[in-house]
This record gives sequence, structure tokens and C-alpha cells, in this order.
Amino acid sequence: MNLTQEHTLDWRTAARNGLLGGTIILYFGAIGMVSTFSVRNMVGTFLNLGQILSIMGAIAAGLITGRTFLKADQRAKVIQMGALSGLLAGLPPLILIIMGTLVPNSTMFVNINAELVEILTFGLGALVGSLALIVVSGLMGVLGAAFVLLGEKYRKALINALLWVLLLGLFSENAGTVLQKFLGTSAVRWLFQNKSLNPIAAIIIFALTFAFSLFGVGNKGKTKIQSLPSEKQKQLRLIYIVLGLVFALALPWMVGTFLSQVLFIVGLYVMMGMGLNIVVGFAGLLDLGYVAFFAFGAYTMGVLTSPGGFTGGILNFWLALPIAILVGVTFGIILGFPVLNMRGDYLAIVTLGFGEIIRVLAYSNWLAPIIGGAQGVLGIPTPSLFGFRLGKPEYMYYLVLLGSLVAAFIAARLRDSRLGRQWMAMREDEDVAETMGINLVQTKLLAFAIGAGFSAASGAIFASRLQNIFPNSFGILVSINVLSLIIVGGLGSLPGVVVGAAILVGMPELLREFAEYRLLMYGLLLIVMMLAKPEGFWPEETRKRELHAKEDWDNNDADAEVVGAAD
Amino acid sequence: MPMLELNNVHAYYGHIHALQGISLTVDQGEIVTLIGANGAGKTTTLRTITGLLKPRHGSVILEGEDLAPYKAHQIVARGVSMVPEGRGIFAKLTVAENLDMGAYLRNDKSGIQESLERVYRLFPRLKERHNQVAGTLSGGEQQMLAMGRALMAHPRLLLLDEPSMGLAPVLVEAIFDTIQEINQQGTTVLLVEQNALMALSIAHRGYVLQTGQIVLSDVAANLKENEMVQKAYLGME
Ligand SMILES: Nc1ncnc2c1ncn2[C@@H]1O[C@H](COP(=O)(O)OP(=O)(O)OP(=O)(O)O)[C@@H](O)[C@H]1O
Ligand SMILES: [Mg+2]
Repeated sequence: MNLTQEHTLDWRTAARNGLLGGTIILYFGAIGMVSTFSVRNMVGTFLNLGQILSIMGAIAAGLITGRTFLKADQRAKVIQMGALSGLLAGLPPLILIIMGTLVPNSTMFVNINAELVEILTFGLGALVGSLALIVVSGLMGVLGAAFVLLGEKYRKALINALLWVLLLGLFSENAGTVLQKFLGTSAVRWLFQNKSLNPIAAIIIFALTFAFSLFGVGNKGKTKIQSLPSEKQKQLRLIYIVLGLVFALALPWMVGTFLSQVLFIVGLYVMMGMGLNIVVGFAGLLDLGYVAFFAFGAYTMGVLTSPGGFTGGILNFWLALPIAILVGVTFGIILGFPVLNMRGDYLAIVTLGFGEIIRVLAYSNWLAPIIGGAQGVLGIPTPSLFGFRLGKPEYMYYLVLLGSLVAAFIAARLRDSRLGRQWMAMREDEDVAETMGINLVQTKLLAFAIGAGFSAASGAIFASRLQNIFPNSFGILVSINVLSLIIVGGLGSLPGVVVGAAILVGMPELLREFAEYRLLMYGLLLIVMMLAKPEGFWPEETRKRELHAKEDWDNNDADAEVVGAAD
Repeated sequence: MPMLELNNVHAYYGHIHALQGISLTVDQGEIVTLIGANGAGKTTTLRTITGLLKPRHGSVILEGEDLAPYKAHQIVARGVSMVPEGRGIFAKLTVAENLDMGAYLRNDKSGIQESLERVYRLFPRLKERHNQVAGTLSGGEQQMLAMGRALMAHPRLLLLDEPSMGLAPVLVEAIFDTIQEINQQGTTVLLVEQNALMALSIAHRGYVLQTGQIVLSDVAANLKENEMVQKAYLGME
């Protein structure tokens, strides 16, 4: 056991976790998050997102406390310490209740008001409500702690079931429009009353998904598939791919215009993510100016196709697209040269500066005659195919779907190619890679060039959908978004790009009403990810190895003769 | 014609004059050792040979050809492999994948297979653990892997940078036996070591490096008897 943990593992640990969890909720309440979130009902009219947020502190505290005690082999204490954590997590929010009751119209803390008190006290009044809050927090602490005592199978099933219910509750409006096509209006009206999940439906869905993940295919199916002959496995994979494709093709017609537009934006980010994943995930070159290539693609498309623009629209979308990609690739190489000898943080700073330079240039009067300066490029035509205008998000979705598939295919082929091995070796150790015979200049430039090409393609499609582009669409936040999504998905992993884009780009689009907290949630998610699941949601194999190498060592190498370790 | 020849090589790190006129030769089939204290410039010498660092004056000549115009990756292709100080294995890859990277420049499948069998014969430990992630190997196994990976390039000249570093005495002996075996199979070896006694017991000839200059060179047996070497590097008074 590790020394730092051994000395004081007693009630103080539990108390600290509880107070910390509660303080975070105090903060959420004070900045108005709890009130804003409470607008969304989740299940029935009695459970809303704000309430879920306000008990999260207690659950998380109980969970972390429970895990700490379980790891220290103090199983007997898990529940009682979880309860302590939970109870204490209920204390800091009391400050909100007191302040909100005494000075409900404070001009300094505008968010601490009667409405917040009402939410936190379950409408029971300050006194009874405060007690209720502490009791509920204690209970949540117990639940959080009890969770760690469950077997892995049950834990997974529970998370699965909870996710289903919560997501359906959260997105009940969107889910309703989608399901209406399949179940009919009356069924949907029953399922989603008051823009939230019907409590009875919630229970049924919970039970079903829980049972399904407990007894369903899951892992058993996976091992069964692995035991099949490789011929059969290949066939099965093909079937999955075809089914996936059919689903992807049918998707916009199932979800309607609004969600198709969301899917379109997610797709744009998937394309960019695939490209940046090559640069950062495969080749290990931290590029923070990736948006520049997106801008090159968008402006090239704009300038070449807009009738009111510099060229008067000499080309159509399909002819301009390859040129946009080419421009991106070219600038990828041009920008690769000066940073060839830079590593790690230096590279990050220089690319960051580069991204900003491009944005400033786009604003500048100097280039304004060509790309419009602050006015941007206007009136970029929508692409059409055989005379058919791709004017709806549903059609444009197909365009990014195709783009994403091509990008994913290229990325997958590259990863398994000789070039992929070059990138991998370079990422691990440049000097060693060079003494293996790898041409670093070529390897780096190829990574920058290909990554830039994907981004430019995405930018070109973006421009032709938006029709008007302005310099402020190409800020640093885009680069950060793309980098975050590949990290959240799992650096180096292709499915991870899609998962990351869905979470970091798709979800915020659906949760527009909470836009003011978007960056806060973003930061929180990244921090929690790095602590709990640093390899990402859908990690790539070798990355998993890296982060869990130490555990492997502990597990398998008990028998290995340990020779005086060098470094 | 010597296999490798360094003529009056001067190398710098910025303003630091790390190599101050090194001249040495390594003949075909030899084991030559380069000994010296910390910071003497041993690693730097190897880096100038592999092309990772270009000398400011002087020349590095491999089998009669001046290496000045070539970059590091092109020099590997000419038959020079290095086992870097601290091993530099790819920690996330498996043993087999690491070895595979060593043969990166080769296309002849049967030749690669032959090299792989040779490596597994020299280091049966690696064969047992071919699926293990390299980062979880013990220090000794990592050294074996680094040597195996260098051999996968089928080099004619093998550069070893302190292979004994951090290893227990038994293992050092085993590693040095293997170096001798590799040499007997026809690979020329330039061995950089601080463990002068061990290095001199398997080498044919040796050079003593001090603050960027060669101060002594002789056949290994004589160096072992040399008073100054004994005092400075063998810990004898
Ligand atoms: N990258 C570098 N930048 C600046 N100075 C360096 C660099 N690498 C080495 N040096 C300096 O060059 C000199 C020779 O270093 P070198 O690594 O060749 O020594 P060495 O003989 O291999 O030592 P050791 O036995 O400790 O490995 C030292 O003074 C060292 O500080
Ligand atoms: Mg050294």
C-alpha cells in the first residue's frame, strides 16, 4: 500500500470529500446554474435537471469516499463513511437557503433568490426543506457509496440504465419528435408528458435497460464473436458496417430538420477531428492552430464560388472543393517547415500564434479586397448535385457523412500503413525514430499536410452551408474544441473522434438554453475525464497500454526477476 | 580500409565544445571500446557517427565514404545501428512490435525473419515475452530488447552506448557475452562504456576519452595494465 494513503484514512477523509462536494454545489447555485437547469424537467414534474445537479455533489462525494475506503480494504466502513460524506455535502448548500431566505433580492448575488430556495428545499419551506436536503444528501451519499460495493456487472448495468433514463428525460423533446414517426402521436404523448419522461415510463425503461445489459448480449456476445473463425468474423463485420451505413443514411429522415443540422455540425467536427487526430494522436505534434486550415478551406470555397466575391464565382462547389483541400495541404506544408525542429510546448505555442495570425489576416484591410475583411465573404452558393440544390440540412448531412467516412477510411488506412508506423515511432522518440531510418522531415510534413487537408475540406463544406463567412467564425475556440473532442474520445482512436464530437459538439447544440455554462461544463468534463478515464471514452489500444502499463506490471510481473532498474 | 574512421572531429552543443578533435578507427570485425568518465563526450561521439549531431570540423568516414552529406536516417541505411543510452525502446509497443520497428528499412521478408530468429536465439527471454508491452519489461530485458531491435536492421557496425548501465553484475556479464557472440557472428562493434574493466575484457582495442579528447589508445590488454587507466577507470591505486 502506498504510504501517503496509509496515514490518515478515517472519518476526516469522508468529511473532506463531503464538504468539497457540497461546496461545488454551493458554487453552482450561486452562479445560477441550478436555477437555469431546473427549467428542464427530467422525469415527471417532480425531478428536474437542477435538482439532479444539486444532489450530484452528495452522490459524487459518497462515491469517491466509498471507493477510497474500499481500496484501503475497509469494506465495512464504506456505507457509513459514504453517509457521512453525503450528510456533510448537504451543509454548504444550506448557505444558499439561508441567504436566499434572508436576503432574497440581493443585488450582489442575483442568483441566490427565492426560486433557488424553492428548488433546494423541494418546496417544503426553509426549515423543513433544509432538513430534507440534508437527509436526501445523506441518502445520496449512501447510494454513491453502495454503488462501489456492487459487482462490476451490476455497476455497468446500473450506469447503462441510468444513462438511458436521464438522456431520454433530458432530451425528451428531441426524442419525442424522433419517436413520433415510429410509435405514433398518442404513445409519444404518454411517454413524454410535460416535456419530460413519464414516471411510469421511466421505471419501465430503467428496468428494461437494466435487465437487458445484465442478461443481454454484452460481453458474452463479444467472446462468442471472437471464437468464430476469422472468415465468419469478417462477414459479421461487413454486416455491421452495412447496417451502420443504412442507419446513417436513414438518420436525417428519422430525426427531422433541426437534428439534421446538429448532425451536420457534428459531422464537420468529425472531419476536423479525424485530421487533427492524425497530427496530434498519431504523430504526437501538438497543434493549437488547427482552425487556420479550416479557415483556408472556407475562404477558398467562398472566394472561388461566391458570385459577389473577388472571382465572381468562377467555380462551382465540386470544382472548388479539391482546390480548397489543396490550399489547405499546401499551407499545412508551408507551416510545417518553420516548426520542424520544435517539440512539445514550443510547437503548441507557435501553432497557437499561427492560428491567431490567420484570423487577424482575415480581418485585415490588407486582404479585404480579396476576402472581405470584417465583412467576410457573402452569398456563397449552396452546392447542387445534377441540378438538385442541396439546400436542406438533411442533404448537407449526407455531404459531411461522406466526408467523414472518407476521412475515417483514409485515417484508418494510414494508421496501419508504413507511414503510420513512422508517426508512431516519431511520437515516441524522435532521435530513436531517426536512428531506425525514419525521415523525420517527410514524416512530420505529411502529418501536417494530411491533417490540414481534412480541416480544409471541412471548412469548405462549412462555408457552402453557411453561405456567409466572417473572420470571427475562425477563432481559437474551434481549435480547442477539436483538440478537446479527440482527447475526450481517446487520443489516436477513430471511433473516439465520433464519440468526442457527439459529446462536445452535439450535446451543447441540443442544450442551447444552457449555453452560458457551456465552457464551464466543458472544463468540468475535461477535468473529470482526466481524473477518471484519462484514456478517453473509446481509447485506442496502445494508448490504453500506456496509461495502464503500471497496473500490468503489478499484475503480471510478480514472477519476473527485477533487475536494478536504470533510468 | 578501416570500417569506420573519425578524423579530427569537433562537435558543439551551442557554445559547448563537446568533441575537441577526436580521431579513431574501427576495423572490420573488431570490438573497439571507448571509455571515459561522465561528460567526457562518449555519447556525443556516437551521435556524430549516427548523424544525429553533425561535426563542425573533421570527417566521419564509413568504409571510405564521407558521411557528411547524409542525414541520420540515411546513415542507418548504410549499415550503422545504435543502441542508445537509456535504451530508448518504444514503451507502449510490444516486444515483437519493437523488433519489427528495428527492421523498418528492410523489405526482404525472409531476411527479416532470419534476423528475428537470430535475435530470439541470442535472447530467448524476448521470445518468451514477445507479446508483452515493452515498458513493463525489467531493466535487463529492456536492454536485450534495445540490442535486439538494433540487430533487426542487420547492421554491419553496431554502436552500443553503455549497455551495462543500471544492470546487476550477473546480467552485465551475460550482456557482454552476447556482445562477444554478436561480434563473432560478423558484426563490428563500437562499445561505449564506463565499466572499463568489463569493456576491456571483451574488446580488441580501446580509446580513452577525456573532456572531448582522446588521451590514450592501445590494444585492450595493454590499456588494462596502464597505470593511468587503472587509477582513473578501474578504481585501483
Ligand atoms: N544536448 C546537449 N546540450 C548541451 N550540452 C550537451 C548536450 N548533450 C551533452 N552535452 C554536454 O556535452 C558533454 C559531453 O556529453 P556526453 O553526453 O557525450 O557525455 P558522456 O561521455 O556520454 O557521459 P555519460 O557517461 O555521463 O553518458 C557534456 O559536458 C555534456 O554536458
Ligand atoms: Mg553518455
